[in-house]
Amino acid sequence: MSALLSIEGLGIGFGGIRAVNDVSFSVRPGEILSVIGPNGAGKTTLFNMISGVYRPDAGRVVLDGEDVTAIEPHLLARRGLSRTFQNLQIFQSMTVLDNAVAGYHLRESGSVLADLFSLPASRRRAREAREGARALLARVGLERAAEREAGNLSYGALKRLEIARALALNPKVLLLDEPAAGCNAVETEEIDHLIAEVAKSGVAILLVEHDMKMVMRISNHIVVLDHGEKIAEGDPATVSQNPAVIAAYLGTEEAAHADG
Amino acid sequence: MRLSAKSATLIVLLALVALSPLLFPSNFYYRVGALIFVNAIAVTGIVILTGYAGQVSLGHAGFAGIGAYACALAPVHWGIHPGLALFLGAGISGVLAYLVGRPILRLHGYYLGVATLGFGILVAMILTNERALTRGPDGIDVPDLGLRGLLGDLGLSLSNGQFWYFFTGLCMIVGAWIALNLHDSPTGRALRALHGSEVAARTVGIDVAQLKLRAFVISAVYASVSGSLLALQNRFVTPDVAGFMHSIEMVTMAVLGGVGSVLGAIFGAAILTLLPQVLTVFAEYEHMVLGLVMILVMIFLREGLLPSILKKLRGKDE
Repeated sequence: MSALLSIEGLGIGFGGIRAVNDVSFSVRPGEILSVIGPNGAGKTTLFNMISGVYRPDAGRVVLDGEDVTAIEPHLLARRGLSRTFQNLQIFQSMTVLDNAVAGYHLRESGSVLADLFSLPASRRRAREAREGARALLARVGLERAAEREAGNLSYGALKRLEIARALALNPKVLLLDEPAAGCNAVETEEIDHLIAEVAKSGVAILLVEHDMKMVMRISNHIVVLDHGEKIAEGDPATVSQNPAVIAAYLGTEEAAHADG
Repeated sequence: MRLSAKSATLIVLLALVALSPLLFPSNFYYRVGALIFVNAIAVTGIVILTGYAGQVSLGHAGFAGIGAYACALAPVHWGIHPGLALFLGAGISGVLAYLVGRPILRLHGYYLGVATLGFGILVAMILTNERALTRGPDGIDVPDLGLRGLLGDLGLSLSNGQFWYFFTGLCMIVGAWIALNLHDSPTGRALRALHGSEVAARTVGIDVAQLKLRAFVISAVYASVSGSLLALQNRFVTPDVAGFMHSIEMVTMAVLGGVGSVLGAIFGAAILTLLPQVLTVFAEYEHMVLGLVMILVMIFLREGLLPSILKKLRGKDE
């Protein structure tokens, strides 16, 4: 099967420092590709370039055969790319249900006039979005929290809510930035299953995750970054044996301890 | 069945408009009531812009000025009926809001506040200085709307005060109904979403700049209608309607009552319209008292008076 998302020689610099340099890889439908690397390796920067938050100064992002480099995030969403964030981006003062419904924005939005006067067309679109959102909440195990204010949920629940919102777009490509960070073992396993299930439905998944056990368990393919460069790539078994990868991780272990 | 927040708000407003006159000691209070409703309409627009979408405008009185002077000038110069002039003013305000907002709302931060501040001052200056057209700071007469006479012919005779009380009250309820529709609609949800997190709003496909612009245009139309109704009711208008203090008043009313809730903001409009009437003794200190009230609300009741009070009451029930 051909690639759904291709990253070709992507790079960006901040004030003379190359945060990401000449990184290339591609993801096929149904595949789970993980990007790993020590802290500061450029993983989140890479994600931000792919999802249109940062503008790369080199290389291209190709989504489903189209060059989508540096186009605005809301237009990327329209083309089927959806993401979650390392530091949660939840609509805190809205209900859990409304957060999920927001993910249906592209499908439920229509004329403003219909919305202002609550015309039947507007009410129907809103109802359909609500039904879809409820089903998604059930899928991530949050159906009972639907009416609660999102800000009151636990961290792990918010992580799942963010995934539900991203899935509401019915994406072709899903970018997950540390979906299991801050979650306990049970929650991590739930998220594990969820990701595997989503991939099975044909979505291409791009994952950044620190939990190595999880990465090794669910990834089909792993790309390793260090100091903004791709130092290795391959299936989990190959990558974990790679001397460059081992060196990169061992070399930074002390620094990681020092950070606390 | 439990009442939706929308129905509950509308029932409360209807009851207040219909029943308050029973308590009026004199006809003067019809006039105060109508002033409250006119302010409440502008403040409902602020709820959409600031409460839903999280954007701040410091120049909405500029749109009120356009609405007011449309009703004063269009009938005289173009022979348009004053009632239609209200819609003409709303249209002009909407288009101007679009033109002013389009370049600004692409930017982040407080640019909208500063730019609208400039816009409001500009409108007030034009209204003050273009004497040939607007007769300047002395103000200008506004023709009769004619609706009261029409109702009289149909056998429903109301005093001038009563007519404007019920007419503006009705307009306010329609305005609230529209704002509440918007709140639960796809557009309203998207507005609240971008208020919560613009980054996340973009990733679900929300065109943030375009939606902010829509909220800005809608709220400008509210301000314009409010200005028109004020001019039609007073049969007279001065450039003060577009003044900076009026812009600040709108925002203050909304924030005081609770900018996230339509009912709260209308409550704020009522308090700040009533206060100067009650505090005539303190006329000299009016602005000081207002300032003090604002500071205290911001410190102790940050969500605004009504939401904070309701939360306290609910807390006791459970």
